[in-house]
Amino acid sequence: MADTALRLPPLGLRHGGSAAARVTPAAPATRLSLRAGPEALDALSAAFGLTLPTRPKGSALANGRHALWLGPDEWLLIDENEADLMAVAAGASALHSATDISHRNTAILVSGPAAAGAIASACPLDLGNAIFPVGAAARTVLGKIEIVLFRSGEEDYRVECWRSFAPYAFGLLSEGAEDAGL
Amino acid sequence: MLLIYCPYCEEERSELEFRHGGDAHIARPANIADITDEAFQDYFFLRDNPKGLIFERWRHIHGCGRFFNAARDTVSDRFFASYKAGEPKPDLPGVAPASEKTVETYEATEGNAQ
Repeated sequence: MADTALRLPPLGLRHGGSAAARVTPAAPATRLSLRAGPEALDALSAAFGLTLPTRPKGSALANGRHALWLGPDEWLLIDENEADLMAVAAGASALHSATDISHRNTAILVSGPAAAGAIASACPLDLGNAIFPVGAAARTVLGKIEIVLFRSGEEDYRVECWRSFAPYAFGLLSEGAEDAGL
Repeated sequence: MLLIYCPYCEEERSELEFRHGGDAHIARPANIADITDEAFQDYFFLRDNPKGLIFERWRHIHGCGRFFNAARDTVSDRFFASYKAGEPKPDLPGVAPASEKTVETYEATEGNAQ
């Protein structure tokens, strides 16, 4: 009899941080790396049910589905309801490239009054309100790894990183949270 | 930390997000099979390595992922301008072009020192 493969979340039930900045693994989500030219934007926006952002650091949200601007022709789509994004992309007739990266990435949520300080301990991005307001997203670096940072609330950040780097990112953010909470 | 202006992200970002891509504005010969070995060597391998102003390719690899061009001073590391790939070299008033002389050679600095 075949055994059922048991999928383990990359960070398990880990938790960390400090009273001023909590660091927790995010719930599983489906993710899509989407690339398309400007002529395909309208059709893809309609298919995904949101308006794909076209400005640097832009993002869009509709029904738990995020679209983050990564580059002039590149977006990261995250669906927190675990909808089948590949099926949606397959239904769009406009020319585009879509790759399922649901299991390549994982996310870490950093929240609390010192959340920005915890991230800034290892990230060179300017996290000030004027330049990185709520809803802003950017691909950048955290310590030695590449991340996608998304500010989901006034004191809430989502750090998307590659699954195999997640323990490193989690440790770094936990250390940063302890320092920022002092 | 050095801040580099990315023309696609339209803001200055940390040097940690960028990767250097060599000299910019190097035109590929129209028919590369027809040129002599010397001409190919000149096109493919030889670079000026100037002291002063240089136009280079950079890639915002940990950001938007795009290649762009930048004018930089190789002595002070100061960036004068960044512009999108495919655009012509910008006018840089007040910026002296790189001197004809190449960076110091062993012969010039050491002479016949024993």
